[in-house]
Amino acid sequence: MPNSLKQTLVALVENKPGVLNRVASLLRRRNFNVDSLTVGRTHSPHISRMTIVVDAEKANGWRIASNLVKLVNVIDVKLVSEEPHISRDMALIKVRTDDTDSRNNVTLICERYPARIVDIGMKVAIVEIAAQEDIVEALIHELEPIGIVEMVRTGVVAMGRGVRILDAEDYEPLMNTPNPNGDYQVYGV
Amino acid sequence: MLLSGSEIVMECLLREGVDVIFGYPGGAILPTYDAMTKYPQIRHVLVRHEQGAAHMADGYARATGRVGVAIATSGPGATNLVTGIATAMMDSSPMVCITGQVPRGTIGSDAFQECDITGITIPVTKHNYLVADVRELPHIMREAFHIARTGRPGPVLIDIPKDVQNEKIEFVYPEGEIKLPGYRPPSIASDEELSAALELIRNAKRPMILAGHGIMMSGASQELRELSERAQIPVSLTLLGKGAMPENHPLVVGMMGMHGAAACNYGIQEADLLIALGMRFDDRETGNVKTYSPNSKKIHIDIDPSEINKNISVDVGIAGDLRMVLSQMLPSVPSQQHPEWIARIRDWQEDGDERDIVHHETTGKLLGAQVINDLWKATGGDALTVSDVGQHQMLEAQYYPHQRPHTMLTSGGLGTMGFGLPAAIGAKFGKPDEEVWAIVGDGGFQMTMCELATAKQENVKVNIVILNNEYLGMVRQWQEFFYEERYHATPMFSPDFVKLAAAYDIPAMRVTSRDQIEESVKFARSHEGPVLIEYVIEKEEIVYPMVPAGADLHAMLRRPKPGEGTK
Repeated sequence: MPNSLKQTLVALVENKPGVLNRVASLLRRRNFNVDSLTVGRTHSPHISRMTIVVDAEKANGWRIASNLVKLVNVIDVKLVSEEPHISRDMALIKVRTDDTDSRNNVTLICERYPARIVDIGMKVAIVEIAAQEDIVEALIHELEPIGIVEMVRTGVVAMGRGVRILDAEDYEPLMNTPNPNGDYQVYGV
Repeated sequence: MLLSGSEIVMECLLREGVDVIFGYPGGAILPTYDAMTKYPQIRHVLVRHEQGAAHMADGYARATGRVGVAIATSGPGATNLVTGIATAMMDSSPMVCITGQVPRGTIGSDAFQECDITGITIPVTKHNYLVADVRELPHIMREAFHIARTGRPGPVLIDIPKDVQNEKIEFVYPEGEIKLPGYRPPSIASDEELSAALELIRNAKRPMILAGHGIMMSGASQELRELSERAQIPVSLTLLGKGAMPENHPLVVGMMGMHGAAACNYGIQEADLLIALGMRFDDRETGNVKTYSPNSKKIHIDIDPSEINKNISVDVGIAGDLRMVLSQMLPSVPSQQHPEWIARIRDWQEDGDERDIVHHETTGKLLGAQVINDLWKATGGDALTVSDVGQHQMLEAQYYPHQRPHTMLTSGGLGTMGFGLPAAIGAKFGKPDEEVWAIVGDGGFQMTMCELATAKQENVKVNIVILNNEYLGMVRQWQEFFYEERYHATPMFSPDFVKLAAAYDIPAMRVTSRDQIEESVKFARSHEGPVLIEYVIEKEEIVYPMVPAGADLHAMLRRPKPGEGTK
């Protein structure tokens, strides 16, 4: 169930220094309203993947996509919220558990969500959840009355369902990232 | 061949066909300056400020369509380029800037003259590089020129640490295809896009073409003319579109926008079809976007997909190379006539002519409009003009019709004062056979007038025209209209420009009346190197028509007809 108020873009980018800076700079200078931006490695060591979530009421996903593809280090961009896709947001939520009631409540609430308690002590517990963003929001909402003392979220990652594959199979880097000796492997010379 | 990074830079410049580079030496770029001594084929022009180098490279690029090259040292040398880079970015001018950087080991340590120029220029370059390994250098040089000149052209910066410039490797120039998986400029239109556009053209009764800088960039002047003539579609030009089609062509209405011809602006507002070619609906062209051309269908063809539906929503948007797309389209463009529509535009033009100051009786005061108009006549209307920014720029656009592409250069998007003189110097290097006139105001000229020394040292034949009204004229005009004539910080002291020129050993002349203008052109032509002519003009001239910022495009402030009163 895609969240209708949000648009989600996925970008394959070259795994080079400064690429995140270029993307962030573009989003800022074009005044695009970004909800979350995540970046991580892919199965190809030369390619990183970004997921960018924007508030659809304030920004136009197509406009952002057409600007992103202009960046030389951005290999491909897809507006995944236009098609069936899976999206996940992960959160670590530290809640107060300094009495029996709160400990029981946290346990009960977690049972109703794809969440689990990953750390628990006499004062606080850490709840972990990885789910669609609105489900994470709902869990946070339920935990709030108990007392959230600290929280961290990864931002949304997304992927098209089925054979909607975004890859860069033909991609061949000019140079590898430096190996531990500070030496480069040069390709294509 | 074992070459240093610096020598590799020069080898790559040679292979890109570079014949001149504009720059200023300094510590971190010295290895490359030393390598230049082995490459006398490439002329180095020593500027007086790095901003001048960037504008010269830009002017060279705009005049020729080839990539202009600027070179500077690290830190302040690099940051001084930034205004020139941003100017080139806004106007899609192909440029490669090479900057020295502190050695790799000291990057990030706030070393002497260290500055994160790649970080600073991310927003104002098409792409930039910090060279981390000398083995990357040949590829980066090649990619940089490729990126700068293809697609929507723009500036590319290459930052080269000093130790990379010194490091030696076996140099092999990379041949074959340039591999840039993330760089794929669009080229041709799909059949669906073409038929949708043609359908709109077939049904149009009051069509108007809006031709911009993209016509020049893709070399589509001939295609534009064929489209316009075959379907009898009037053409309005953007500021940077001047020269896209001969301005004496009966179908060319004039320049659109804030200080454009009223006939263009009324025409755009009443049109039932706009065909926007290589332009980007800048706010100085559209006025209020909410009331812009309310009853028209719109076709937008531009090489940059992010321009389509950016400012104005269109019915058919085609991201592609203009020349290719128009060539695809032309065989199916119908022969049409729009006599009523063209007659209506003629009426607006005649009304505009009646109001035109150059057709009014001379009051004895020298007007900027007259100077440009008479310069146009005296130069046979065929000069390459480079204007600065302000009233004189708009007067140039209004009173100097251009017949050929690449003969009117100006800073349109960024509106960079100080662009005129250095860009004219660069243009002359690119087009030595053109008669180059730098037309500048007293304000903008003083921002980069240090380049007089460059023009003199290199003996560059540029004719410098200063329209001196002792004001920042355009700002004063805004103060008159919108700030109740509070002329704050616009009256301007200037040096005696004739004496100033004398200090540089540059021939100069001061003109105070209209009958001297022709003589001044002869004077300019009688000297070999740079010449400066100061025209002392009426202080409080107003550029009409004017669409106030954000107002509806048809809500222009017009000059009254004779007998209708003063302002």
